[in-house]
Amino acid sequence: MSQAALKVDAVSKSYGAVKALDTLSLAVEQGEFVALLGPNGAGKSTLFQLLTGLFVPDEGAIEVAGYNMRRDSRAALAKLGVVFQQPTLDLDLSVVANLKFHARLHGMGAKAKARIDDELARIGQAERAKDPARALSGGNRRKIELARALLHEPALLLMDEPTVGLDPGSRELLVDYVHKLCAERGMGVLWATHLVDEAERAHRVIVLHKGQRIAVDTPRALCEQTDTTSLGAAFLALTGEAPKKKEETV
Amino acid sequence: MARIAHVFQALMAVSSRETVKFMHQRGRLASAVVRPSLWLLIFAAGFKNVFGISVLPPYESYIEYQVYVVPGLLGMVLLFNGMQSSLAMVYDREMGLMRLLLTAPLPRSVLLACKLLAGTFLSVLQAYAFLVVCALFGVDLPWWPGLLTVLPALILTGLMLGALGLLLSVYIKQLENFAGTMNFVIFPMFFLSPALYPLWRLQESGATVIYQLSRINPFTHGVELVRFALYGQLNAVSLAVVAGTLVVFFAAAVWGYDPQRGLVRRRG
Repeated sequence: MSQAALKVDAVSKSYGAVKALDTLSLAVEQGEFVALLGPNGAGKSTLFQLLTGLFVPDEGAIEVAGYNMRRDSRAALAKLGVVFQQPTLDLDLSVVANLKFHARLHGMGAKAKARIDDELARIGQAERAKDPARALSGGNRRKIELARALLHEPALLLMDEPTVGLDPGSRELLVDYVHKLCAERGMGVLWATHLVDEAERAHRVIVLHKGQRIAVDTPRALCEQTDTTSLGAAFLALTGEAPKKKEETV
Repeated sequence: MARIAHVFQALMAVSSRETVKFMHQRGRLASAVVRPSLWLLIFAAGFKNVFGISVLPPYESYIEYQVYVVPGLLGMVLLFNGMQSSLAMVYDREMGLMRLLLTAPLPRSVLLACKLLAGTFLSVLQAYAFLVVCALFGVDLPWWPGLLTVLPALILTGLMLGALGLLLSVYIKQLENFAGTMNFVIFPMFFLSPALYPLWRLQESGATVIYQLSRINPFTHGVELVRFALYGQLNAVSLAVVAGTLVVFFAAAVWGYDPQRGLVRRRG
């Protein structure tokens, strides 16, 4: 069997008395789209902080493409592409300068330019390359962040609630595009969300609740297990919390 | 080799971003030059006849107050910019950009060193901009080879104050807290130093505690290192203190940014 894109093995993390993650295990295979579904406060953000090496877990191990995050963090980070929940473009810089910044941090050298042109063209933003990031709409900024995360051709793409603040059209486009990437490039994707509809087409859904994995299966199997007809109802049955269909407008 | 090339690229990434941003912020460049210039032209003009500066090393004869105050004001430029890079770190953290930086496949110490070098480059640039102002107003400095010999001292002092900025950025959690913290750092450091008057004056006036505090202030040694270097001389004690403090501040900052200890406060 080929190397898993991500392996999380019995990871725990506490903040004081609060156990944010409790012996959590999960895996994402190559070419697999895994949705991490959980209500706010389930531990998704904590997990992503550990996956990106921002913190280290109290117990357990994380491997990205076979590289241990603690022992071999540089190799692991090199295989990792991340779109953060928070916007992370430098709005004062142009689109291309933002991408170049990332390419240099990853030591991409001479091939950076071709990769930047390629990724921008794929998302239809080639003509915006010289524009300041500030001039872009929310949806386009997210696309640029995704293009940036793909520049160094990661084996694992982490999407941390990437649709927060996007309109329904942009949301759908983003989900579609990432599914396509997953199939085309054989990249593993871990997509965290609290929105059930984003998880519906995932290969597998992991339901996270109060720091624990309470279910992992295909959307259909989760419905069968809970004797429900929709993933939303299955989620409700599993967590006892009302699911969200789409982003609530504030 | 590939590793060195990678580190160099990361340095260029951080450095060019900060330089581009700096150039966009005209106000920052202007204030970096105007602030010490005001001290030089107004404060020093007013105090010209109040302080008599006796002959003390590295000076070989009596000097004007304006001449005395320049190294201190260079220190001020470096100090403000060092703190500014701290502000930039806190800003990046609030904006989420810090995460991008910290997920780069490089050791954190290297990433922090890139930040430090990029900030120091801007510090030194501003220090030279201020020296141009000094030249324009006819301050009697040893321009040649002083402009050249002062460079290593400016770099080292800039690094030391930049490392202090990095260290502070570990503990300043929010932008709002920044101004307050700065008042507790910039002003005491600047006033407890020989930037504006020689320390023996403090001793003479019996302000023993202030005198002793000033002597252990690393900024004091930064200013003296710059002062001596401007005259082509080496103040070995100051060099040792500045270099030692740089190592300590930087090591503490790296420690503070260690993932085991946590940099960003927890969310969700």
